[in-house]
Amino acid sequence: MQFMLLFSRQGKLRLQKWYVPQADKEKKKITRELVQTVLARKPKMCSFLEWRDLKVVYKRYASLYFCCAIEDQDNELITLEIIHRYVELLDKYFGSVCELDIIFNFEKAYFILDEFLLGGEAQETSKKNVLKAIEQADLLQEPRHEYFNVPVY
Amino acid sequence: MTSWSAVVGSQCLSLHQGHLPTCLCVFQRMPAPIRLRELIRTIRTARTQAEEREMIQKECAAIRSSFREEDNTYRCRNVAKLLYMHMLGYPAHFGQLECLKLIASQKFTDKRIGYLGAMLLLDERQDVHLLMTNCIKNDLNHSTQYVQGLALCTLGCMGSSEMCRDLAGEVEKLLKTSNSYLRKKAALCAVHVIRKVPELMEMFLPATKNLLSEKNHGVLHTSVVLLTEMCERSPDMLSHFRKLVPQLVRILKNLIMSGYSPEHDVSGISDPFLQVRILRLLRILGRSDDDSSEAMNDILAQVATNTETSKNVGNAILYETVLTIMDIKSESGLRVLAINILGRFLLNNDKNIRYVALTSLLKTVQTDHNAVQRHRSTIVDCLKDLDVSIKRRAMELSFALVNGNNIRGMMKELLYFLDSCDPEFKADCASGVFLAAEKYAPSKRWHIDTIMRVLTTAGSYVRDDSVPNLIQLITNSVEMHAYTVQRLYKALLDDISQQPLVQVSSWCIGEYGDLLVSGQCEEEEPIQVTEDEVLDVLEGLLLSNLSTPVTRGYSLTAIMKLSTRFSSVNRIKKVVSVYGSSIDVELQQRAVEYNALFKKYDHMRPALLERMPIMEKTASNGPTEIVQTNGETEPSVPDTKHPPLVTQPANQANDLLDLLGGNDVVPVIQTTLPTKPASAGGELLDLLGDLSLSGGPAPAPVPSVPVSQPPFLLDGLSSQPLFTDIAAVIPPMTAYNKNGLKIEFTFERANPNPNIAVITIHATNTTEADMTEFVFQAAVPKTFQLQLLSPSSNIVPALNQGSITQIIRVLNPQKQQLRMRVKLTYTHKGLPVQDLAEVNNFPPQSWQ
Repeated sequence: MQFMLLFSRQGKLRLQKWYVPQADKEKKKITRELVQTVLARKPKMCSFLEWRDLKVVYKRYASLYFCCAIEDQDNELITLEIIHRYVELLDKYFGSVCELDIIFNFEKAYFILDEFLLGGEAQETSKKNVLKAIEQADLLQEPRHEYFNVPVY
Repeated sequence: MTSWSAVVGSQCLSLHQGHLPTCLCVFQRMPAPIRLRELIRTIRTARTQAEEREMIQKECAAIRSSFREEDNTYRCRNVAKLLYMHMLGYPAHFGQLECLKLIASQKFTDKRIGYLGAMLLLDERQDVHLLMTNCIKNDLNHSTQYVQGLALCTLGCMGSSEMCRDLAGEVEKLLKTSNSYLRKKAALCAVHVIRKVPELMEMFLPATKNLLSEKNHGVLHTSVVLLTEMCERSPDMLSHFRKLVPQLVRILKNLIMSGYSPEHDVSGISDPFLQVRILRLLRILGRSDDDSSEAMNDILAQVATNTETSKNVGNAILYETVLTIMDIKSESGLRVLAINILGRFLLNNDKNIRYVALTSLLKTVQTDHNAVQRHRSTIVDCLKDLDVSIKRRAMELSFALVNGNNIRGMMKELLYFLDSCDPEFKADCASGVFLAAEKYAPSKRWHIDTIMRVLTTAGSYVRDDSVPNLIQLITNSVEMHAYTVQRLYKALLDDISQQPLVQVSSWCIGEYGDLLVSGQCEEEEPIQVTEDEVLDVLEGLLLSNLSTPVTRGYSLTAIMKLSTRFSSVNRIKKVVSVYGSSIDVELQQRAVEYNALFKKYDHMRPALLERMPIMEKTASNGPTEIVQTNGETEPSVPDTKHPPLVTQPANQANDLLDLLGGNDVVPVIQTTLPTKPASAGGELLDLLGDLSLSGGPAPAPVPSVPVSQPPFLLDGLSSQPLFTDIAAVIPPMTAYNKNGLKIEFTFERANPNPNIAVITIHATNTTEADMTEFVFQAAVPKTFQLQLLSPSSNIVPALNQGSITQIIRVLNPQKQQLRMRVKLTYTHKGLPVQDLAEVNNFPPQSWQ
């Protein structure tokens, strides 16, 4: 996988994970173009499209589009399963996840993604294990007692 | 109370805590930076872009000053906020160093945000990222596995080649650990390292030894990914890892056969992610290896037949299986099984499945053509699919499946598709139809009809180069000319907006207009049309706004051609002269030249505008070249965009005139400019001046008339070797023999014009010294015309060791006795020699 983007129906970016080095300007350009292309797709169309020299797999969950750019040898159908697994993880963690959860807790969405994928490939195929790792890591976060229990951030 | 601007709130508080336990001191201090969620909430209340920008700028300023104050406590919070603003599209580069500080902190919370920030804000382009290396190194050896995990993740996501080089050893160490949480991450991190620095691949080899014996699925999955990467990159690794095939087969078998495993279950299938990866690795291992392919044969068949297909996940595995079967050296039964799976995919309700089926079939259509043919009707049905990508693939696949047997049926479907498809497809589809028609047309009539159909339905999308290709095709179908021109004419009556159609039609009408008005069509009911009606249509094209300049050129030329096929020449003359003052330069030039043709060279018109010969195709896609069937009749080039009439340089033009002039043309002699090198023509002038043969005054130099003559006539004559005349065998003669120099003439008749005699002179030298700078010149009486071509050299070697040959052409329309005066100049033994002689002993056959 080269990158994953999450964006809303209005084209607002909610998460961007890049697995190949790109200049910031280039990232913005790619994001803008791809978001436009995907949003223009009609509901009857299939989840795959060719874009530049990549294959793009996308799926809409409620108000969020999950969009992955994969390479030629990658299996499109299993990528759909990867996307689905990620959504399931978010759902389990947040409890019936919705777009607002991801907006207000974007850093957690990243943490969960980073426990599921590494370098663009799945590192753990067990849902349980990913969630367990996140749980444990969350416990390591130092609570702040200094300022009358001011939350972490 | 004095107000303090506290540097750090906590310091102030602790100060007071010591002395004033119930301190109620009110003093000003820097407020704690706004919390992340608070900021998000605030920003989302902004109603306009400008409002949002203002909020962001304010917050960024606060964050900046906070960074400046080196606030450790809130650094984490500030960076988190910065990352949020960065996602909205605002610049955040001033936070890069702060990320590094967070990474270096001891607090896990700090590290978590710090590493996230590094992955989002930094990349290998900035030098700053190298400062991370040491931190990552320390964290890779941290006591807490989650910290180690953060480091591995970051390195595996955005590590640069330098970082990878520095830290590869640490990664390798972790690859050997028994901690599966770390081992799986290390494996993927190693993949990244190998991608960045391929030379380091070797060092990971030992650690791969027992990877597949792991029970942990995470480790198994990432190990398979690592092995795949290594095998793809190195043939040596590939051979080395082939021995793993049995183990991989076993693992896959366990996955399929094992009972329900809740941890890895997806819709009743056990760990589909791992299954797919194993299948992919098997593909690479079995690719060019018979033994490996055989070893995996059974499991592939098992997966192909037993996998549940009701959900996407099962189809994902089947898809990967099919790809593997097609790529390895599988037995034919297995291949047929694979293609049948794809065929079933084509019938699946899920469009995604249909899409991958078409993609895969496209890949295999060359190698397993017959098997794919069986699914042809399903594929053709996909042409009607709503999804653009599916339609495109179906179209490509359909063209790949067309053959001599199914051409009629397939073409029907494809033409129907052409009618209704999106514009983006039309050009490709039209080209595809033309290609297929050319290869497999069952009859010429069918071929023409198909072309007509494409031109009328998708005429404006047809590629430019198809116009000359089509014209070439039409000329080849001689017996269909009448039918073709009739159909094209009728199409023009309906619609003149599609330029390729109009161009082809104009060309045909110009060419076969006589067939059109004669009403002699065999293939269908001949239409009754008069010459005036045809000219009306063509003139209409000239006047219409819809016609492009190129099209206008075609129609003007067509009109001109009809002047030798129709009787209404006057009307044509009028049209031509009108366009002589057209604004369009191209059109104007053509009209002027055609005008000249009418006025001055009317005698040449029939020959120039004669029917075209059949054009041979030289290249499949390139412009066709005309084969010179004879030197004199055909002037045009197939690409009629460029007029065949080109202004010739004066010399050639005049020579041409000379040769074809006939009786009523005064031989024009070109002016000799002082700078011009002495050419045969120039000398001719001098010679004629000397000759007392012609009675008249020396012809005054006349400015050369720019004659619109195609280059081909002359080229045809001069470049080709002499025609060997079958009929006449004219005996050779010795024209000159003096001082050791002998000049012989040999004769041929220029075929087919009997008025031209082609003489080859052979100059030989019997003396012991070479004759250098040899120049042969000749002149003929007034009623003759002469053309001298270049000599083979200008040295006549001594002692008959070689000769100079040169070709003379003489036009003798009045069939008078041939006489010639020759002038020879050369250098012999250092001295210049010149001689004049008359040649009168021409054999009668050379001029009769």
